[in-house]
Amino acid sequence: MAKDPVDVLIIGAGASGAAVAWSLAETKMHILCLEQGGWMNPAEYPSTGRDWEAKFYGEWSSSPNVRGRPEDYPVNDDNSPIKVVNYNAVGGSTVMYTAHWPRLHPSDFKVKTLDGVADDWPIDYDALTPFFEENDRMMGTSGLSGDPLSPLTHPPMPQQPMGLSGAIVAKAMNKLGWHWWPSDTTVATMDYEGRARCINLGHCTPACAQGAKSSTDITYWPHAVRAGVELRTHCRVREITTDENGMASGVVYYDKDGVEQFQPAHVVIIACNGIGTPRLLLNSKSDRFPNGLANSSGLVGKNLMFHPYAQIYGYVKEPTDSNRAPPTCLWSKQWYDTDLSRGFVRGYGVQFVRGAGPVFEAVVSEQKGILPWGEDHHRVFRKLNGHRLGFSAICEDLPEEHNQVTLDPVLKDSHGIPAPKIDYTISENSRKMMEHALARGREVLEAAGATDICVNSPIPWGGWHLLGTARMGTDPRRSVVNEWGRTHDVKNLFIVDGSIFVTSGGVNPTSTIQALALYIADQMKQRLANLFD
Amino acid sequence: MTADNQLTRAQRNDLRTVAAMIIPASDEYKVPGADDPAIQADILATLGRDTKMVTAALDHLAQLAGQPLAELDFAKRNAVAQEFRKNGGAAAATLVRVVLQCYYRDDRVLRSLGLELRAPFPKGHVLPDGDWSLLDPVKARGGTLRRAP
Repeated sequence: MAKDPVDVLIIGAGASGAAVAWSLAETKMHILCLEQGGWMNPAEYPSTGRDWEAKFYGEWSSSPNVRGRPEDYPVNDDNSPIKVVNYNAVGGSTVMYTAHWPRLHPSDFKVKTLDGVADDWPIDYDALTPFFEENDRMMGTSGLSGDPLSPLTHPPMPQQPMGLSGAIVAKAMNKLGWHWWPSDTTVATMDYEGRARCINLGHCTPACAQGAKSSTDITYWPHAVRAGVELRTHCRVREITTDENGMASGVVYYDKDGVEQFQPAHVVIIACNGIGTPRLLLNSKSDRFPNGLANSSGLVGKNLMFHPYAQIYGYVKEPTDSNRAPPTCLWSKQWYDTDLSRGFVRGYGVQFVRGAGPVFEAVVSEQKGILPWGEDHHRVFRKLNGHRLGFSAICEDLPEEHNQVTLDPVLKDSHGIPAPKIDYTISENSRKMMEHALARGREVLEAAGATDICVNSPIPWGGWHLLGTARMGTDPRRSVVNEWGRTHDVKNLFIVDGSIFVTSGGVNPTSTIQALALYIADQMKQRLANLFD
Repeated sequence: MTADNQLTRAQRNDLRTVAAMIIPASDEYKVPGADDPAIQADILATLGRDTKMVTAALDHLAQLAGQPLAELDFAKRNAVAQEFRKNGGAAAATLVRVVLQCYYRDDRVLRSLGLELRAPFPKGHVLPDGDWSLLDPVKARGGTLRRAP
C-alpha cells in the first residue's frame, strides 16, 4: 500500500537533523525523520566495562570501516592521508565526539574579503548569533564567558575543572605569554535539563554512559519526538526521487527488514554530513538530473574540507589527568587569525588534551618506538603512563575542488548502495600551518617540562569534520544551496549539515553546523507561504 | 569456533614466546609477563575480529624464525623480533596491540600501576578544580576579535 506523503522528510538524525526537526516541530506539520542507525543504549557504552579501552579498536572504533556495524556504510578513503570517522545512529556523530564547542569566528565568514582566498559566505556571523545561543541552551554548554579572542558566548553551566593537565598547560602558556581559555564544551558540569552532571568517566569520545556529554539523542530528539516528529530508525535512504516538474517527490529507502520502501514527501531535508550528503545526491541520478541531484554547478562532492590536525604531545614529570577526565579542557586562539609573516594564510585553533588511558598509552607508545620491548618496558611505561600532555591544532582547510567525494565504482554498503570514495590531499598552505603549529606546540610542551615529544601530523584517523561538499552561495554556478539552505536546482530540497560550509574555520564545527540548521529551519518557517517560489 | 581453536598449537606457542619478549615478568614491579597463562587465555578468548591479522602475523613470525621461536637462541630470537617489529606491518601491529590491551587490563598489572580494578562507570573520577587565578594574565592582556566587514 502506498504511504501517505509527509510534509517534511528529514534524512539523518544526527547533529543537524535533530536541530532542524525540533525547530520545525512547532509548525505542527507532519515531519518524518529517517535514520539508518538505531537508538543508543548507554548501558552498553564502553565505560561500563573493564575492557573499555579495547573496544576503541573494534566495535567502538571511530572509523566506520573498522567498526563495520550494520548501521555503518563503508568509505573508500585509501586516497586520503586523513581517514573519515563518524557514527551512525540517532544522535549521529554527536554520540562519538569530543564535545569541544567553539564557534566559527565572525571573520571566518568573510575569508575572501579579508584574505583574498576561497569565498565569503552568503551570510554573516550576526545572522547565526541567535541560533548559536538557542543551540547552546538546547545542547547544554559549559564554559566561561569572556574569552577576549573568541566570539562572546553565554554557557549556561560553569567550565570544566582545570584538573592536573589544565594547570600544567596554563602555567606553560603563561610563561610564554600566549592566549588560553577554558574550552566551551557540551559536557554538563551540573545537572541540566534531565541530564546528570559529568563525573569524569574518562575519554568522552566513544559515548558517555552518564549522559553528561550532550548528544542529540538525549537533547533535541526527546523534545522533537514529544512535539510530534516521527523518527523511523534503521531506515537507510538510497535515493531522492523527483517528479515531472523537477521537484523532490520523496525517497526510496530500505526499512529495518531490508525491504525497499517509497516515502512521498512535500519537502525533503538532507542532514547526512559532508560525506553522506554528496553520496546521496550523486546516487539520486535521473534523466533530468544525470550528474546527480542538485548538481547543475558540478560542485556536489567537491571542495571537501577535513581540518588537518597537527598533534604533538609529550610527557611531564607530574601526573596528568590521563583517562580520568573529558579529553579536552583548554583552548587557545593565539594563532587563529591570518598573519602572513608566518608563511601561510588563515590560522588554527588549539585544543589541549588531558592524557590517555593505559592501553592506549601502551599501544601508541610502542608504535612510536618510545616504549621498548623487554625488561625496560615496565620502567618506561611507568614514566609515560599518566604523564601525557597533548597539543592539537585544528588547521583551517581551504576549499579545493580536487578534494572530493565521488561514488566508488565497486564498493557498496550492505544494501548494495554505492559507497563514497574520497580523494583528498593536504594543501601546501595547510602543511605550512601544521609545521607552524607543531613548532609552537613543541615550545609549549618544553615550557611545561615535557620530554619524549611525539608528533601525529596529520592525525590519520582525524577526519571528524566533514565539510564543504554542497556549499552555500548566491551564485547557482558556484554553489549547491542558496543563502538559506535550499538547493538552487530543486526548490523543495534543503541541506542543513556541514556540507554547506563555504570555508572551514579553524575550530570544531558542530556548534556552527547546528546553528546553521536552526537558522535554515527559521528561514523555512518564515517563508512557509511561498517556500517554493 | 573460538579463537583458541583457530590458532594452531605452534602458533599459540609462538604467540606466548613473542608476548614474553614484549613484556617479560618483573619481580621488581611484581607483575607477570604477557606470557602468563591467564593473560594468554584472555588474548585467545577475545581475539575476535583480530584473529585473521594475528594469524597472519604469526605466520610471518614463523617464516622469519624457521622453527619454533622458543627454540632459537637468544640472539637469533631477538633478531627475528626486531625484523618482525620493523617490517611486520599492520599484522604485527595488531598482534602487539592485542597483547598490550589484554596485559594492561589484568588485575595484577593494574594493581602494580596503582589503578583501580573497575570500569569507569558509575563511580567516575574526581578532578581538582584548579587555580583559576592563572587566567588573570590572559584577562589582563585582553585582545580583540578580528573585525569582519
